Amino acid sequence: MAVPLIYNLRSVRARWVSAIVAVLGIAGTVGVFIAMLALAKGFQTTLVSSGSPENAIIMRAGSTSEMTGSVTLDQVRIVQDAQGIAREGNQPLLTPEVVVIAAFPLISTGTDANVQVRGVSDKALKVRSNIHMVEGRFFEPGLSELVVGKNVPSTYQGLTLGNTVKFGGGTWKIVGIFDAGGSSFDSEVWGDSRVVADVYKRPNYIFQSVTAKMTSPAAFTTLKDTLTADPRMTVEVDRELDYYQKQSQGLTHQIHVLGGVIAFVMGIGAIFGALNTMYSAVSERSREIATMRAIGFGSGSVVLSFVFEALFIAFIGGLVGCLAVIPLNGFTTGAMNFQTFSHLAFAFKVTPALLGAGIAFALFMGLLGGVPPAIRAAQRPVALALREL
Amino acid sequence: MKFMPLILANLFRKKLRTTLTIGSFAIAMFLFGLLAVMRGAFNQGVDIAGADRLVVINKVSLIQPLPISYRERILQLKGVKNVTFDNWFGGVYIEEKNFFPQFAIDVDDQRQVFPEMRVPEEQWKTFLGDRQGAIVGGATARRFGWKIGDKIPIRSTIYGIETWDFNLDGIYTAAQGNDLTQFWFQYKYLDERTPRQKGLVGWYTVKLENPDYAVSVAKAIDDLSANSPYETKTETEKAFATSFAKQAGNIEFLILAIGAVVFFTLLLVTGNTMAISVRERIGELAVLKAIGFGDRFVLFFVLGESLLIAVFGGILGLAVCKGLTLLIASVGDFLGGFLQFFHLSNAAILQGLVASVAVGILAGIIPASSAMRLRVVQALRRV
Repeated sequence: MAVPLIYNLRSVRARWVSAIVAVLGIAGTVGVFIAMLALAKGFQTTLVSSGSPENAIIMRAGSTSEMTGSVTLDQVRIVQDAQGIAREGNQPLLTPEVVVIAAFPLISTGTDANVQVRGVSDKALKVRSNIHMVEGRFFEPGLSELVVGKNVPSTYQGLTLGNTVKFGGGTWKIVGIFDAGGSSFDSEVWGDSRVVADVYKRPNYIFQSVTAKMTSPAAFTTLKDTLTADPRMTVEVDRELDYYQKQSQGLTHQIHVLGGVIAFVMGIGAIFGALNTMYSAVSERSREIATMRAIGFGSGSVVLSFVFEALFIAFIGGLVGCLAVIPLNGFTTGAMNFQTFSHLAFAFKVTPALLGAGIAFALFMGLLGGVPPAIRAAQRPVALALREL
Repeated sequence: MKFMPLILANLFRKKLRTTLTIGSFAIAMFLFGLLAVMRGAFNQGVDIAGADRLVVINKVSLIQPLPISYRERILQLKGVKNVTFDNWFGGVYIEEKNFFPQFAIDVDDQRQVFPEMRVPEEQWKTFLGDRQGAIVGGATARRFGWKIGDKIPIRSTIYGIETWDFNLDGIYTAAQGNDLTQFWFQYKYLDERTPRQKGLVGWYTVKLENPDYAVSVAKAIDDLSANSPYETKTETEKAFATSFAKQAGNIEFLILAIGAVVFFTLLLVTGNTMAISVRERIGELAVLKAIGFGDRFVLFFVLGESLLIAVFGGILGLAVCKGLTLLIASVGDFLGGFLQFFHLSNAAILQGLVASVAVGILAGIIPASSAMRLRVVQALRRV
C-alpha cells in the first residue's frame, strides 16, 4: 500500500526552512541553465530569421561570409538572367550588395562597436519582403542617405532618425527606420550600394554578395546548377536560410559548451544540497518512518514516498527557476558575430521547450538527490528505530 | 585551538552530511575558479596590453586599410620610438574550424614593438631570407603538430581564393597570457601577390618612448591624417583591447550574475546544514553552557565549525580547479587557441579563499548566535 501523498506535502510544509534551501539550490541551477540556453536560442533565432526560404545568396566560391565575398558586375548580369529568379514586370528581383563595417559608440558602454553597413539596391525591400519601413522613408538612390534597422537608434549613439552622421569620409542623413522582424538586419545600416562603395573607395563594379528572390523555394536547385555550371562564374549559391544558420553556429556552440559546463557543475552542487535536505529529513523523521513501517507500510512504499517528496521539492525548484528567468525573455543584449566582425543586437528567447528542459533537469536532480536517502529510510530496522525514541 | 578536537569530532559525527556540505562548497568554489579563469580568458588582451603602445586604425572601421606612407610620417613624431604594421589575412587552413589569426607583418620593426614575442635568432634569420616564410606561435604549432620546415597551405578568403603555400621557419614563445596562436608571414609577400591592395596596410602599432606621450602622440597621429581620404583613430593598446572585448558581449556581467546565483545558493546550503546541526545539538550546547562555558565560547564554537567546512571546501574546490588548468596546459590546446588563456591566477585563488571565509562566517552567524542566546534552563528542559 502506498503512503498517502498528503503526508509528504505536509512534511515539506512542516520543514519548510530546509525544503526552501533545496528548492533554491535547484532553482538557481535551473535558472542559469535556462538563461544560457535562452541566450544561445536568441542569437540563433535572430540570425536564422534573417533568411527567407525563397531567397538565395550568391557569393564568390570559398567565401566564409559576405565580408570576404566578391561578385563582379558582369556576374551580376548573368544572375539577373538566370532561370528561377523572380521578376516584377520586367525587372529581376535581386540586390547586389556592398557590405562593410563602420565604428559607432555603443550607448551602453560608450566604447566603439562595429556596425554592419550594407549598400543595397532599390529592390532590397522587395527581395526581403519581411522587412518594411516603420518611420520615415527609404533612401533616394544616388544620395548619401541611410535607413537603419529598428535596434540601431537605441543601441548606437547618433544614429537616430533625422540626424546627420559622418563616417567613411561621407556625410549621411538618416531618413528612415525599418523593421526586420527581429532578424540581424535590425542591427544594420543600409544605404545605396553605389554610394557606399564610393565612400569606402571600393571599385564600382564589385559587390560582396547578391541576394535574389526566387520564383519559389523549389527553384533553388535549378538556379544553383545553372550558376555553378556557368564557366564565367566562380560562385557559391546558398539558400539564405542555410547561410544564416551557418553563421549562427559558432557562437551558439560556444554558449552551449559554456552553459553545459556551468550547469553540470552547478547541478552537482544542487544535488548535494538536495541530498543533504533529504538525508536530514529522513534522520529527523526516523521515528515516523519506523511507525509507518510498524503499522504495515512496506519498504517499497517508504522509498516511493521519499522519492516523491524529493521530486516534489525539485519540481517546485524548477518552477521557481523558470519563473525567475521568464522576465529575461525579450531582454536585449549584444554580441560580436565573429563571422562578419560586426556587432549584433539580439534578445534572450525563453521558449516553452527550454522551460520544459529546465523542469526535466530539475526533476533529474531531484531523483538523484532523493533516491539514496529514500533507500536509507526504508533500510532502517523498525525495532531499532522505535527503540531510539 | 585546544577545542579543535571537539569541533572535528562534531564534524565527523555525521560524516555523510559533512562530506556533502564540504562537497557542495568545493563545487561552488570550483565554479568560482572556473568563472575567474573564463573571465581572464576573455579579457586576456586587456590584461597584457602594453601601456607604451598605441594602435592606429582607419577611423571608418578596423577593416578599412591605411596607406603604407603613414609609417614614415608617424616615425617623425616626437615621442615615437618604433612603428610597425600588420595586415589581417583571414585564410583557412584545410577547414574553417581550424581558425587561427594570420598576419602579414612588417619584418623591420616587429620585434622592437613586440619584444615579448620571442623568436630564436637563427629562425628569425631564415624567416627574413625566405619570401614564403612563416613564424607561428607555440600553441598553434602544437595544435596541428607542425615542425620547422613544414609546408603549410592556407586558402585565402579575402585576397582571391587561391591557396598560398608557406614554409614554417620559426616558432615564437612568450610569457603566460600572451597570444601564442598567431601566424606571421612577410608583408612583402602579400604586397606582391595582391596588386589591388598595393601600398595598403591593415593597422599600425606604435611604440612610445614613454607611456606619458600616449595622449599627445595619439592626437598628433590623428591630426596628421585629418581630412585625408584615410583618417585614423589612435588609441592605447589597452583601450583598443577593451573595446574589442566589450563588443564580444558582456561576458563580465554574465559571469558576475552566475557567480552571484552560485554564491547565494551556497550560503543557503551551508547555513541550512549549520542550522540543522545546531538544532540537533541544542541539548549538548546547553550542557556546555551549564558547566560554565560562556556565551562567546559557544558562538565561536559553532562559527568555527562552519568556518572549517568553508575553508576546507574552498581549498579543495580551488585546488581541483587549479589542477585542471595545469592539466589542460600540459595536455595542450584541443579547443583551438582559446584554452591557452586558461590560467587560474593567484589573485583569483586569494579572492576565492577570502570568499570562502566570508561565506563560512555568514552561514554560521545565525545558528551560532542563536546557540549563543540559548537559555540553558529551557534548552535542557526540552531534551
